[in-house]
Amino acid sequence: MAASGTESGQGLRMIAPPLLYAVLMLAIPLLTILTFSFIRDGYQIVIWELTLENYRAVWADQIFRALMLRSLGVAMLVTLATVVLAFPVAYFLSFVVAPRRKAMWIFLITIPFWTSYLIRVFLWKVILGYNGVINSGLKSLGLIEQPLSFLLYNTGSIVVTLAHAYAPFAILPIYVALERIDRSLLEAGRDLGESRAMTFWRVTLPLAMPGVLAAVLIVFIPTMGDYVTPTLIGGGKIPMVANLIQAQMLDIDNKPLGSAIAVTAMLIVTLLAALFLLLNRRFLRVRT
Amino acid sequence: MTAQTSGPAPNPGLAPAPAAAGPARDAQGRPTPISSRRAMIECRGVHKYYGDYHALRGIDLTIREAEFFSLLGPSGCGKTTLLRTIAGFEDISSGVVLIDGRDMARVPANARPTNMVFQSYAIFPHLTVAQNVAFGLRRDPRSRAEKAAAVEEALAMVGLKGYGARAAHALSGGQRQRVALARALILKPKVLLLDEPLSALDRKMREQMQVELIKLQRQVGITFVLVTHDQEEALVMSDRIAVMFEGEIAQLSYPEELYSRPVSRRVADFIGMMNFLPVRILGDSDAGVRVDVPGFGEFDIPAANVSRADPGDPGPSVGFRPEAVTILSRDAPAPHRETPGVIEEVVYYGDMTYYDVRLEGAERPVRISMRNVFGRDIQDLGTRTRVSWSPGSLILFR
Repeated sequence: MAASGTESGQGLRMIAPPLLYAVLMLAIPLLTILTFSFIRDGYQIVIWELTLENYRAVWADQIFRALMLRSLGVAMLVTLATVVLAFPVAYFLSFVVAPRRKAMWIFLITIPFWTSYLIRVFLWKVILGYNGVINSGLKSLGLIEQPLSFLLYNTGSIVVTLAHAYAPFAILPIYVALERIDRSLLEAGRDLGESRAMTFWRVTLPLAMPGVLAAVLIVFIPTMGDYVTPTLIGGGKIPMVANLIQAQMLDIDNKPLGSAIAVTAMLIVTLLAALFLLLNRRFLRVRT
Repeated sequence: MTAQTSGPAPNPGLAPAPAAAGPARDAQGRPTPISSRRAMIECRGVHKYYGDYHALRGIDLTIREAEFFSLLGPSGCGKTTLLRTIAGFEDISSGVVLIDGRDMARVPANARPTNMVFQSYAIFPHLTVAQNVAFGLRRDPRSRAEKAAAVEEALAMVGLKGYGARAAHALSGGQRQRVALARALILKPKVLLLDEPLSALDRKMREQMQVELIKLQRQVGITFVLVTHDQEEALVMSDRIAVMFEGEIAQLSYPEELYSRPVSRRVADFIGMMNFLPVRILGDSDAGVRVDVPGFGEFDIPAANVSRADPGDPGPSVGFRPEAVTILSRDAPAPHRETPGVIEEVVYYGDMTYYDVRLEGAERPVRISMRNVFGRDIQDLGTRTRVSWSPGSLILFR
């Protein structure tokens, strides 16, 4: 056992720096939030007294319920739009693009990441705005006289912006899943009498599902917690749950209630993600 | 698992085929000669280009009903391309492919009466064994229960009875192969195409599967077309073999003829082992061709034993198989002609021993194989010995 002790010692030393980083940057903040959610709020201070009062307030709060439902709705719409649009792109990348061009295409897909998320969101404001690209374009073409005001500050514009921002996160896992499919399986599907469309349905799609599931989670979870886009694109008129947390934490300075909202939202997302994986576990089980 | 790796599989389906008249069988249930059977696959002037690369250079061949046919050749000779054009995975640049008399131009792979066993087996990893075998039955009008029975029957035929519920990814290589066979044969294709199906198996498993495939083919009476680079495998399994080099068929013949009467030096070199010796041709005689071979002297090679030299050959040569000549025991009388020589190398194989013998007057040693039958001693290195041969066991490539 001495040798394995040394080995695990070596392993520990190797992961120590990232582990320390993870503890400092992830575990401690999360524990802080969790702790705050169980203590009582006082004016500009917290009262060190354990209570479930914050959670009761959260569950009784109509606004929280409404915003949580809206966040879930928006996140689902964004996820649906992103994954449905990402699949053809990933398919094209995997099946149509010549192997020596693939690296270049992946590089092109990641170009949006060169600018910050904030700037990309702001660009959509420029595109959709009252005096934005679309309105001035339509005006100069003489198609409209007054700028269209429904382009910005609504759920649709939030969905468009987020779907665009998260597209590469959906394309890449689906692409990887498609790349892993042995091409002779598709020939076997054809050989056994199925058309291209049926082979896609019976072979390609089920085998791409692990990538699709990953894409769904990768898009759904962060969009739930997004607050930049509702602020900029929603113009503050369509707040989501993250905006509520931000308001409680900073503007109203009720850190315990803000923490309780955060923890509750996190639990709901965790439960949904777990349920989603459970429902789709047959797609995750099989891998060669 | 145990059933597949040790000993013959419990396999009632592989019992000797009942004596019934069927395709390619006479009234007594015996197979009819291949040459008299109806054509199943016909290729006429088939060319295939990949850009500038000329992969198939005018393939003409006829594969007949219930025949076990092999396409044999080194990698890159076009054998897999030819198989894939028959399956419909590749378009041909020119020529005609007929299957059972029907022109296959513009018939997609899913509409052809062929099924394929892929080199990688292409077992669907997201399906069970039974679902894999039933994959092609989606539009089969039979009831669910009838299809399930057909699947079970197909699995029994390949020795996988009771494996239906297993996950496909949990199977061994040999089992995958069997699933691929069952999946193809359940559709009762006119032609089963096998793309190097045994190359991924270990030697013992491969030899077992060779025998099982032959039996299976006789049992189902379907035309099998096998692609292989393994000449031994082709000889063991096939009714006929087409040897391919560089997109062309060099020789199409029966295994015995291919081995004993190769049309060219290249074919002879590819099939089995052959000794090649330089030769001086003295001229045609009544008995054949008069030649002078260092170590063998002057003699006549029968006209039937004259084959073609290939353009790249270093001039004419004679060749013989290692078993075509014999090392004589110390005082045995020579049945034919004999030549003295010295044993320069001994390689022991258990059932066989290979000797490198330098014949008197020859530049290089020749390889001679002797079966290690009971009572025959293994000869020692450096022994002076006598080699018995006859002109009929040599082939002239001119």
